[in-house]
Amino acid sequence: MPKRWWLRDFIFLIAYIGLLYGVWIALEYAAVYWPSMRYYNRILVLMGINITLAVSLNIINGHAGQFSLGHAGFMAVGAYGSAYLTVYYFGPYVEKLAEGSVQRVVWQNVLLLVAIVTGAIVSAIAGYIVGLPSLRLRGDYLAIVTLGFGEIIRVLILNIDKVGAARGLTGIPAWSNFFWVFFFCGLTILISHRLVHSSVGRAFLAVREDQIAAEAMGVDTTRYKVKAFIIGSCLAGVAGALFAHYTPAYLNPTMFTFIKSFEVVAMVVLGGLGSISGSIVAAIILTFLPEGLRAIKDYMPGGRDPRMVVYSIMLIVLMLTRPQGLFGRKELWQFLPKRKDRIPTEPRDAGENKLDRDAAPPVT
Amino acid sequence: MANDAILDANNVTIRFGGLTAVCDFNFEIRPHELVGLIGPNGAGKTTIFNMITGVYKPTEGTIHVGGMDTREMRPYQITSLGIARTFQNIRLFKELSVLDNVKIGGHIHYKYSGTSAVLHTNRFRDAEAGAEEQALRLLDIFGLAHRAHDAARNLPYGDQRRLEIARALAARPKLLLLDEPAAGLNDSETRALMATIHDIRDRFDIAILLIEHNMELVMGICERIVVLNFGKTIAEGTPEAIRANNDVIEAYLGEPAETVDL
Repeated sequence: MPKRWWLRDFIFLIAYIGLLYGVWIALEYAAVYWPSMRYYNRILVLMGINITLAVSLNIINGHAGQFSLGHAGFMAVGAYGSAYLTVYYFGPYVEKLAEGSVQRVVWQNVLLLVAIVTGAIVSAIAGYIVGLPSLRLRGDYLAIVTLGFGEIIRVLILNIDKVGAARGLTGIPAWSNFFWVFFFCGLTILISHRLVHSSVGRAFLAVREDQIAAEAMGVDTTRYKVKAFIIGSCLAGVAGALFAHYTPAYLNPTMFTFIKSFEVVAMVVLGGLGSISGSIVAAIILTFLPEGLRAIKDYMPGGRDPRMVVYSIMLIVLMLTRPQGLFGRKELWQFLPKRKDRIPTEPRDAGENKLDRDAAPPVT
Repeated sequence: MANDAILDANNVTIRFGGLTAVCDFNFEIRPHELVGLIGPNGAGKTTIFNMITGVYKPTEGTIHVGGMDTREMRPYQITSLGIARTFQNIRLFKELSVLDNVKIGGHIHYKYSGTSAVLHTNRFRDAEAGAEEQALRLLDIFGLAHRAHDAARNLPYGDQRRLEIARALAARPKLLLLDEPAAGLNDSETRALMATIHDIRDRFDIAILLIEHNMELVMGICERIVVLNFGKTIAEGTPEAIRANNDVIEAYLGEPAETVDL
């Protein structure tokens, strides 16, 4: 049992930060030499945000089995919550610092972090409030409530003049970048992965599989359902905050309609409910697919854009051929050949542990 | 309730609308007892299990577990008082691995915060190692260790039944409730199960209350038997006494007969 349990993780964290920083700088330089790289960088960042969203929704929908259709709402809460802080408080403060000074760079990133954390907390509170009906409602009914919640958030924002209402919120400092997006994306994946391999995650899975049996095993199903909502919405809030501060750093309530929620649900379902790597792969595919399909437009008469038609057809075909999602409930690495050393193929020699079942014929 | 009974049910009655499913049920079980609960279909046996575990609330009467009134408790709270159960129609976590099923059974003993889980603190490591150790030991006992990483739904039926018992034992109960553990098993499997039940009672030093239709099993291992019919206790006593009881024979066969041999 290692005493310094944090040491290994800490080293990995430093290495991850270093790697991200390196890639980020490389991408920025590439964009200087090949201006078209800017477009790909942008898609990459949006992909990172989508992965964060999909993985966080997967905690609620896939692991805990509570079908939520309100993820855009949580994202909006995080986006507007953090943007409110930066527009009215943090932004003006940083503006006063000298352009290009170290101080400015440091404050900008520290305050961005504060804004993201705030957005995440506000989102988590929203998640708690929405999680409460999930105690009483199941399946379709819960889906409708969460769908309604998402719309409520949007309409609320539409009516708050301080955050721009229907005009949208402008003047958000564009502090978010590749580094921060993928830093939090990695963090989200790590949190999700470690949770599901812990007693908390097992409780989520138990709730998904059989609520009555879970209760009988001492799992407080109420508590874990709400917990899943809180964690999922908190991470969606992070994604929202990162999105808000990414160029063009403009928010509008129309970005957070239920269509956005469905987009995220499509990622989770396509990847396979409950599969973290499935959500990631599906998020990558569904971010790049619409972009890749832009080319079709050039071959269409009259410049019509059949992108969504093709996109929909591809989704339908995929769901018909693999209704359980790309990976089902499995993770990517579970499709690799099994490692023999981990799975005992022969019954272990139970020795004195073994029950005296010799009195009876062997059970087959 | 100043006695050492693990479970003490007093005048428990439950009505579903106009139907009185269980009427005035009195029952007590002490440590290390092995008691059978029998009765024709619809007699209210599973309803009693559901009341003990808190799935249903009794309309009248009280149930005390370890001296605590369980009336206001949710099922998971009653589990932490030391009661674990299996289900008549197997309710395993089908998509999860055999090992995870048993680990969830030990949920109340290996808890830590989500933060610990994400940071992999020592607390997490200790608890996980403990949970894994206990789960593998239990699987060993039930001869399922070699299938630890298979999905529970892929186990043969008999193994699923035994996995359910292993999962319940992971909660380290003082009282284990088995709802028709032999349902769907063949004769040799049933006999093996009898030996298993008897053995786990001694090994884990727990009390067991079981519902069963298989008279060979009930008569063979139970020290005390409670017979229900239409929600009422019609007899209680040793297997020999029950075998000879006319009310019981009547309940099962409709009219007095020589033996109960189903």
